[in-house]
Amino acid sequence: MPYQLTVSPDFSPDHLSGWYIFNTWLQRQIGEAIHLELYNSFQAQRDAIHIDKIDLIYANPFDAAMLVREKGFLPLVKVQGVSDEAIVAVNKASAITDVTELSPGSRIAVTEDPDVRLMGMIMLEPADLTTDNVQIKVCDSYVLVAKQLLREDADVGIFLAEAYDDLSSIIKKQLRILVQSQIGVIQHALLVGPRLAHRRDELRESLLAMNVDEKGRDVLKNLSFDVWANIEDEDMEFMIDLMDTLNT
Amino acid sequence: MIYDMKPEHIIGDYKEVTLDLYGGIRRTCLYTETETPYPDGKLIVSTTDINGIITQVNKSFVEMSGYTQEELINSPHSILRHPDMPPAAFKDLWNTVSKGEKWQGYVKNLRKDGGYYWVKATVIPNVRHGQVVGYTSVRRKPSRSKVEESIKLYPTLF
Ligand SMILES: Cc1cc2nc3c(=O)[nH]c(=O)nc-3n(C[C@H](O)[C@H](O)[C@H](O)COP(=O)(O)O)c2cc1C
Repeated sequence: MPYQLTVSPDFSPDHLSGWYIFNTWLQRQIGEAIHLELYNSFQAQRDAIHIDKIDLIYANPFDAAMLVREKGFLPLVKVQGVSDEAIVAVNKASAITDVTELSPGSRIAVTEDPDVRLMGMIMLEPADLTTDNVQIKVCDSYVLVAKQLLREDADVGIFLAEAYDDLSSIIKKQLRILVQSQIGVIQHALLVGPRLAHRRDELRESLLAMNVDEKGRDVLKNLSFDVWANIEDEDMEFMIDLMDTLNT
Repeated sequence: MIYDMKPEHIIGDYKEVTLDLYGGIRRTCLYTETETPYPDGKLIVSTTDINGIITQVNKSFVEMSGYTQEELINSPHSILRHPDMPPAAFKDLWNTVSKGEKWQGYVKNLRKDGGYYWVKATVIPNVRHGQVVGYTSVRRKPSRSKVEESIKLYPTLF
């Protein structure tokens, strides 16, 4: 049976082909058959994780906790010099100028991305907003979150900072940032599962050396990544502890 | 290490009090009525060993506390202890985390310059291979209403 690679469903659609190219590269490196399975929801992916179908995953920090602590996954690499950050934004014409002016009952547009949602909700806490006293509007993409704000169907939108930056300038001109997180230590990670753990060192070595040859660099470029950085076990544990403190 | 606070570091008029800290430490604290607002979007992070000695701090911690990283590392976490904080709060903190559980609360912290800042703090035990090897605390911006509640409640807990 081939091993299975999957990617947190929050990856940008622009990078879909990039992940297929990456998988081809990876199979050549380790001489094993790997099947790339892309799930279209976080729940579908978690279900697959629970029945031990996954061997390699580019995981969001929220799921990484469960993968490492409950499923015995081990960290390999992360993208160097980036971190997951969230932005809380409003329609430019909104009367709200500070998070603390928001009141319970506010309509919050979000996506399913669990870590972004968590960071966003933390930034709304100073206004005494919690998931229990707001109206959450779940959208399929960040463009749709923006559209909710433009149509004034939502009072606030929670974005992955990168996705906000990628919005068209026409959309961005009609929005205003209230808060941007500056956490710096939370980010996606490539993890290896128990069935493939015996190849961990090799995998890590190949990944870390990816940017030194032309082919590897091309593969990275298709994912808009510069270079992978090693994740020490303790770094991973630290990030999971951090997520744990935020998840309350 | 933890030292008495020095008048030359304090900004503005101050009061003086001596606190008895864990481990027989007595510290002269100088404190003012100047509040530093919690910065939006940031988290203040620190880790300690099992005795509450600081082992790691992030940049926001350094900025908000007013101490340098060198002054903070190896110092007891009570370097931030504000005289307005009731001892019961920290007793509860230590009882909770030493049982392996998560603690959450609103804390008024003392800056090196004598000023203060309010945080919503979460402290968790760092469990490695089944053993508690230290603690991590992450602070976020508290809601004003919770701070107001604490301002009313805490003086009644002494
Ligand atoms: C991870 C961690 C973070 C802590 N953060 C603070 C803090 O920000 N401010 C504070 O006054 N005490 C903090 N404490 C509690 C102190 O260790 C200490 O108990 C408290 O300042 C009271 O001092 P005392 O125990 O010496 O009486 C923290 C403890 C731990 C384990």
